[in-house]
Amino acid sequence: MKTIYLDNNATTRVAPEVAEAMRPFFGELYGNASSMHSFGGQVRHHVERAREQVAALLGADPSEIVFTSCGTESDNAALRGTVEAHAGRRHHVVTTRVEHPAVLSTCRYLASHGCRLTELPVDREGLLDLQMLEDLITDDTAIVSVMWANNETGVLFPIEEIARLCQRKGVAFHTDAVQAVGKIPVDLSRTPIDLLALSGHKLHAPKGVGVLYVRKGTRLAPFILGGHQEGGKRAGTENVPYIVALGVAADLAARHIREEVTSVRTLRDRLEAGILASCPDAHVNGRRDQRLPNTANIGFEFVEGESILMDLDALGVCASSGSACTSGSLEPSHVLRAMGVPFTAAHGSIRFSLSRYNTQDEIDFVVAHMPPIIHRLRDLSPFVPKAKA
Amino acid sequence: MWDYTAKVMDHFRNPRNVGTIENPDGVGEVGSLACGDALKLTFKLGPDRRIADAKFQTFGCASAIASSSVLTELIKGMTLDEAERVTNQDIANVLGGLPEQKMHCSVMGREALEAAIEYYRSGGKRTAHVLEGKVICTCFGVTETEIERVIRENNLHAVEEVTNYCKAGGGCGGCQDQIKAIIARVHGEPLKPEAPAPPKPRLTTIRKIQLIEEILEREVRPMLQQDGGDIELIDVDGDRVIVGLRGRCAMCRAAGFTLDGLVGAKLREFVSPELVVEEEKS
Repeated sequence: MKTIYLDNNATTRVAPEVAEAMRPFFGELYGNASSMHSFGGQVRHHVERAREQVAALLGADPSEIVFTSCGTESDNAALRGTVEAHAGRRHHVVTTRVEHPAVLSTCRYLASHGCRLTELPVDREGLLDLQMLEDLITDDTAIVSVMWANNETGVLFPIEEIARLCQRKGVAFHTDAVQAVGKIPVDLSRTPIDLLALSGHKLHAPKGVGVLYVRKGTRLAPFILGGHQEGGKRAGTENVPYIVALGVAADLAARHIREEVTSVRTLRDRLEAGILASCPDAHVNGRRDQRLPNTANIGFEFVEGESILMDLDALGVCASSGSACTSGSLEPSHVLRAMGVPFTAAHGSIRFSLSRYNTQDEIDFVVAHMPPIIHRLRDLSPFVPKAKA
Repeated sequence: MWDYTAKVMDHFRNPRNVGTIENPDGVGEVGSLACGDALKLTFKLGPDRRIADAKFQTFGCASAIASSSVLTELIKGMTLDEAERVTNQDIANVLGGLPEQKMHCSVMGREALEAAIEYYRSGGKRTAHVLEGKVICTCFGVTETEIERVIRENNLHAVEEVTNYCKAGGGCGGCQDQIKAIIARVHGEPLKPEAPAPPKPRLTTIRKIQLIEEILEREVRPMLQQDGGDIELIDVDGDRVIVGLRGRCAMCRAAGFTLDGLVGAKLREFVSPELVVEEEKS
């Protein structure tokens, strides 16, 4: 059975070019990038090349790129490092209720260690009230952290506007851009973002490497001590093969970005329109015209998400769900709850997230197989007749 | 990815006895859309007073559907006295076991069966037997009786296990100390003296009312309004919050759940863990 992978917001396939580029660093090029000999020095050259490639994708200066182990580490470092740098002079942290746990849990940790935390609500479509954000920033605010794109719904926040607002107010601004980088154009030369987190495995690099972008002049406490690597902020011998991989993946992302916002979007729209047309009582979660081009989050009323996923899985189709059963807790996704999505639809929400490796045939296969799945599960459901009555 | 047995997958993919029986002798409905799983079980007795037919409808995950399906197979041919002795463990055993976090699916099956038998014995007057008694977990509407029962029947010793088996304690977590006390009582253990709770900052009444209004406005009203309902704060008396439900909420069958599960949980989370929400007496 062929796998149809529509779960690219969870992780992506490693691009063949990326896997190929890593290979020498598991073989002959095993030197330590910090060594004084040329054997290590040539490795240093590859690490710096990767830094330039990532910087080019972001519109940043290579000196602003700090390699980390993952997006979660980058988010942790940005938030904790900023609060620490303020050394108790500023205590207020602002974020949103729909952040990834990498940010939300870190903010709540800070709140339990002396910070005051504000979690901004979102409306039914997943959007923020920027006036509310502006009003609650005070002299005590240390950092504002707002994700660029939501991992579950794909909803985009107006990051450029928020960044300028924070700049005007003199407050550090961090964005978790893990879902945005590689899917939409990001240009930090025009956007006054202070800290940005990205993750390699969301853009066709392997798992185990990420980046924290730190704008020049941003106050940030070092987060791993014990060496001079990464400007002394993140000590430890560089993970050379993975850093090289991320560099190549960034390069590929820059070259494919047009494709992401055009052909991937076309496939996503085809999938969404096809499913909505053939499955009654289904609707899109999140503001449709303000979303990532690759994400479709569809709520199917009266059925439960895990069951849908298992039926899709039997056909080789990979997707994910915000239902309670799959979220590992007993309640549905915090993102959908924050949006006020009714329980009837939250439990039956399915996220399809595409990549440039998907084809129209794959999309048409899913569109064709979705109605019988939903139909079968609704036949089992005690709620359907009541709702239809 | 859950590690389901082949038997679970078989009953999920090819569920037996789906539907509802016309003019049933017993009807048991448990769970709700809000909880994430629900089961409606109907059965008919034969001339020999044994269960001649049983059917189910289930909203839920693969293990909920499979649990319901094997339940109907299990009880066919049983007398009501025999059916009454079916435990959630029996259901799980037939399936070759369920993941720990999914044991509540087997409990849901047993609850529906119990409710259906109760329906029959009371001549159609009563269904949700398990909902009687003091509600401990307001997020999922789980009673003390039910918690005691899963502890006894499954020999549970930790709050986390109780949550896996009947969901109690899995929402806001505010009832976890009470669950701990019930576990101790069921197993006849003396309660360990609790460390004295840290003094809580006291809210002035004015501040409490302000906070409640704020949370209702921010957290609750938007959710109700999109379903055509609304909520109004009537009074605050100590830790009792009296509210009025308006519009479609006022006539909604699940209103009791909305109050406890949604409004109560939000207020306890954001304002004070002691708050109890009540509906105004009309």
